[in-house]
Amino acid sequence: MQHPYAGEVNVSQQSIPRIELIEIEKSFGPVEVLKGVNFQARAGEVTALVGDNGAGKSTLIKGLAGIQPYGAGEVHFEGTRVDIHTPRQAAELGIEVVYQDLALCDNLDIVQNMFLGREEVRRGSLREASMESKAAETLSDLSVRTVKSVRQKVASLSGGQRQSVAIARAVLWNNKVVILDEPTAALGVAQTEQVLHLVRRLADSGVAVILISHNMQDVFAVADRIYVLYLGKMVAALNKDETNHNDIVGYITGTKSMPVTTEPIKA
Amino acid sequence: MSTFTPIGTGQEGSLKDQVSQYLSRAKSGEMGSLPAVIGFIVLAVLFSFLSPVFLTAINFANFFTQAATLITLSMGLVFVLLLGEIDLSAGVTSGVTGALIAVAMAVHGIVWWVSLLGGIAIGVVVGLVIGILVARVGIPSFVVTLAAFLAFQGLQLVIIGEGGLYRISSKYILNIENGNLSRPAGWALVVLIILGTLLSGLDARRHRSQSGQANRPIAVLYIRTALIGLISAITVYCLNLERSYNPAHPLSGVPIVVPLVAVLLLSGTYLLDRTKFGRHLYAVGGNPEAARRAGINVSRVKIVAFTLCSTIAALSGVISASRTGSVDASSGRTIVLNGVAAAVVGGVSLFGGKGRLSQAAIGGFVIAMIDNGLGLMGLNAGVDLAVTGAVLLLAATSDALSRKRGSVVAR
Repeated sequence: MQHPYAGEVNVSQQSIPRIELIEIEKSFGPVEVLKGVNFQARAGEVTALVGDNGAGKSTLIKGLAGIQPYGAGEVHFEGTRVDIHTPRQAAELGIEVVYQDLALCDNLDIVQNMFLGREEVRRGSLREASMESKAAETLSDLSVRTVKSVRQKVASLSGGQRQSVAIARAVLWNNKVVILDEPTAALGVAQTEQVLHLVRRLADSGVAVILISHNMQDVFAVADRIYVLYLGKMVAALNKDETNHNDIVGYITGTKSMPVTTEPIKA
Repeated sequence: MSTFTPIGTGQEGSLKDQVSQYLSRAKSGEMGSLPAVIGFIVLAVLFSFLSPVFLTAINFANFFTQAATLITLSMGLVFVLLLGEIDLSAGVTSGVTGALIAVAMAVHGIVWWVSLLGGIAIGVVVGLVIGILVARVGIPSFVVTLAAFLAFQGLQLVIIGEGGLYRISSKYILNIENGNLSRPAGWALVVLIILGTLLSGLDARRHRSQSGQANRPIAVLYIRTALIGLISAITVYCLNLERSYNPAHPLSGVPIVVPLVAVLLLSGTYLLDRTKFGRHLYAVGGNPEAARRAGINVSRVKIVAFTLCSTIAALSGVISASRTGSVDASSGRTIVLNGVAAAVVGGVSLFGGKGRLSQAAIGGFVIAMIDNGLGLMGLNAGVDLAVTGAVLLLAATSDALSRKRGSVVAR
């Protein structure tokens, strides 16, 4: 199947994964939510993480974001073992989560949102002109063309444009891993298209993108690999080209399963 | 400029484009203080027909000194309103400050500037405590400041005593509201305002072109400077007219309180528009969760905002004491609601995240003009209060409606 959004994808299967999770476990009291999960995300690729509600997707992501550290297991970042216990540590590694509710301030404009918390300052004064040109540059690099002005208030943007701004914010900070939580859940057809293009370009620029989605169409449109979680276990890790919609639904609902090791997926 | 930017910054295009951009922003609910400015002009015209005294030199100067306390308090409240919170105790904080300064000077003979600094320090402490109770302990600001409102009224009564009254004798404190700049000093102020507007505008343009950003047509800056220059020149001209009825005691010039409040307005605006703290304050008011995720220390921002509010309220207490020349047990009790009304009438949102100090100042002028004009017409205080209430309700309605319209666009 030809990649509908394929850019110049340069996938080197032998490279060290940007993020590797090994035998991750996490319990809340007596409830085991993650039971020895293995996972990899590579630079330049979109790695989809799918699974039914309660499968453990959020818990897996919260661990990477440093919001809720894992109970056991190892996290490797570009081949070296790291500990992520706080959001700050995640940010320092270059891991950014774009949450479903976007965390944008409606009353601020695009530039102000993209630089929020990381404003450029000289002698106590904000450097508006410099921030403005960087924001405009990032958005045009991502070919976001529907936005008229970077000084528009976010409140006046459409859902797709808001998602674009949130993703551009993650790009602006040269993040190495960008986790997108249901980026198209609230969008119409045209806007979904627009955001999926953006997701693809993000990966093509060398970022390891982790896409969480319920929408199989989106996943097949944009992902390179698909991981399936089922009741806290990773039940499938597949190259997109080797699988199909029905197959994945089978894994999600628990009627199928395959062993997922830490070995890289075969080329 | 040959670089091609596909995404604009809102500063491109001719003068005509700029005007049409402004109009479309106004239509979509971002009207800022425009309704208040129009209201101000309408009221001014109305009162000048209804009262023969309204358009006299003495009432013009009187209007400024009358409005100063309210405008100062209202600017302080903006910091808290931007959070979507409220400070009901700002008025009594100003009252207590005035009372303590008066007692310090009159009873204990403490020199004026020590008393003044002490009064301001009280404002800082009060704001800090309120801020900590709201931000760290998590009590709604309405309740914390209602408690402070009650407690400080009691405190003021204890300090001053039932029916008591302390005169301010310090020339320096009295001069804030009763002293005037010399005529040349007034004109120097106008020159300063024009140069400041022009130079800061040119500086901003230089910064923008250095980073390759488009600038508005320079005519926008010239028009803006000319407009601001014209308004301040007319104001100073009128304030420089002889306004004493007694030829033996000539009286003219810009009241000293005017430049003082202007400095407060400018420095506060700088803080809100040009510093990290200001940006973070708007963010917390707009979406506290987003601010937190962006790494902003939300409770620190809140504490600083409450501290600024109470500190500026303390300053307004000093101005009020200076105007009346005395402090009694009920000073500042009712002014806080007028302060909130002024901010909202000027265009500051009660829902947080939207508003500027200049809007509070314009709103303050509107409320003060209602006070002044109806007072001159000899109507009783009841009418004044009813009209003020109606204007506030009108402003709050437009705030709520523009917010509703904005959220429809966003979804």
